[in-house]
Amino acid sequence: MSEQHDLTAHVGLRGVTKVFRGADGAPSVHALGPIDLDLRRGEFFAVVGPSGCGKSTLLEVLAGLSQVSEGNVLIEGKPVGGDIMDGVGVVFQEDACLPWLTVYDNIAFGLMQTDTSRAEIATRVESALTMTGLSGFAGSYPAQLSGGMRQRVCIARTLVLQPRLILLDEPFGALDQQTRLLMGEELLRLWRATGATIFLITHALDEAAMLADRIGIMSARPGRLLEILETGWSRDRDSRLVETAEFGAVTARLWQVLRGESMKSINRDGARA
Amino acid sequence: MSRIGLFRTLVIVGLVGLIEVLCRTGVIDNFTMPPPSRIAKDLQHIVVTGKFNAAIAKTLSSAAIAFAAAVVAGIVAGVLFHSTPRLRRALDPIFATYYAIPVLAFYPLLIIIFGLGDVPKIIIAFMLGVVAVILNTLNGLDRVPPVLAKTARVARLGRVGTALKVTLPSAAPYVLTGVKFAVAYALIGIIGSEFVMSTDGVGFEIAFAYNNFDNATMYPLILLVMIVSIAVNLVLTFWEKRLLIRRGLR
Ligand SMILES: Nc1ncnc2c1ncn2[C@@H]1O[C@H](COP(=O)(O)OP(=O)(O)OP(=O)(O)O)[C@@H](O)[C@H]1O
Ligand SMILES: [Mg+2]
Repeated sequence: MSEQHDLTAHVGLRGVTKVFRGADGAPSVHALGPIDLDLRRGEFFAVVGPSGCGKSTLLEVLAGLSQVSEGNVLIEGKPVGGDIMDGVGVVFQEDACLPWLTVYDNIAFGLMQTDTSRAEIATRVESALTMTGLSGFAGSYPAQLSGGMRQRVCIARTLVLQPRLILLDEPFGALDQQTRLLMGEELLRLWRATGATIFLITHALDEAAMLADRIGIMSARPGRLLEILETGWSRDRDSRLVETAEFGAVTARLWQVLRGESMKSINRDGARA
Repeated sequence: MSRIGLFRTLVIVGLVGLIEVLCRTGVIDNFTMPPPSRIAKDLQHIVVTGKFNAAIAKTLSSAAIAFAAAVVAGIVAGVLFHSTPRLRRALDPIFATYYAIPVLAFYPLLIIIFGLGDVPKIIIAFMLGVVAVILNTLNGLDRVPPVLAKTARVARLGRVGTALKVTLPSAAPYVLTGVKFAVAYALIGIIGSEFVMSTDGVGFEIAFAYNNFDNATMYPLILLVMIVSIAVNLVLTFWEKRLLIRRGLR
């Protein structure tokens, strides 16, 4: 497209557009873009936007699970197309636990497909179990867990792969507000410890405001970036941020930009229904 | 035992008891059917003397081969058709009408081609079972949550790995339904063929006993077939229950 890629960036999107071709005469859906965006190496980037604006579509494009209609995506300088790249981990919006495997085997699932040794797998799974507060549940099946715990299993499954870029699609959607804040802190700790780049989709404005270095605000479908907000938080922030005036200012700004967009999306979907 | 289980047992015991009484009081004469207690004793005799061991072994081994072939081929075909929607759409009308065709009608033709041996029987039993396995596998694969397919892609599994490690395990409860059909059809196919035309097997022995008014052989063998079929089904049902409980579906 128009601009050149910034090769120091971890991830670069240029003119990324996604149109779902309607099958059997159904109309095409312009879901996304065009989007230009660079993710800096090691930054925590959050995306907020009205429901149905194309957030998950954007994530699937980054993950290499979905082809772009136009534009291109570079991860670590290599073009993404049709396949997941090395060092990329994904946590999906839906519950992706494998119900026939124990929590332990679920977490080990991705690693088992690599040539990691059994001992190394055991060490990594154990530490992921501890980190996600699932230590007592290694032998349980997903059906015995709450929705929030299942989501933590999926997060742990991604973490054991030690990805350099972690894509999360509303990972805390199934959690209550308190657990959500604590899991957010846990994610911050992990982010600091690993130095990974994090791309987090959320519908909770306070979550985005608390966790991210930068927040991309998306428009109603077709999703474009309306604004990128720098929070300016220090690296060792935690949930106590929510008490500060600066935090209030960030969430206020997010809502200011999003309010109109959310109305648009509700009115359109409402009118169609 | 649950209340419903108790009720079920009472119904069965009651029915068998009723037949016993009807036989002993002569309402059903002994040339038509001996009392159930007599049938059980005759079966015990057959088992102890081992008189029909060869026939039983023949029937069960043929059924086992047909069953295994139907399950393996059915699952492989199910996965293949699922990943090739065009092929599936082309074959759909055949699947839809398949069980309207009396497969056993092909038996004489198969005997002409393969001779009067085990092969035609096994083919009949296989043909009966395989489509049930295919249809149930397809049904199960249709219900695999899309996010699990994405998970397989993220784990970089290929087509075979995805099928073995993600989609088939996810579809397992449905595949198992197909497997249960395959058991029933394997026995029906083999014993049915043996009835119609053959030189050995339990079906042949039952037909032979029938022609010779040999109730002391015919009824116990029928009972044996029922016991085997019910036993296999109980094992599969137990397995299915455990699988469903584990997934929180029961
Ligand atoms: N496979 C598909 N085929 C056709 N349209 C699709 C497909 N996937 C998504 N869409 C459409 O693209 C748009 C964006 O969907 P997407 O799931 O990315 O939204 P989202 O922002 O993640 O929504 P939510 O906040 O509800 O998770 C929606 O209008 C959706 O209906
Ligand atoms: Mg989404």
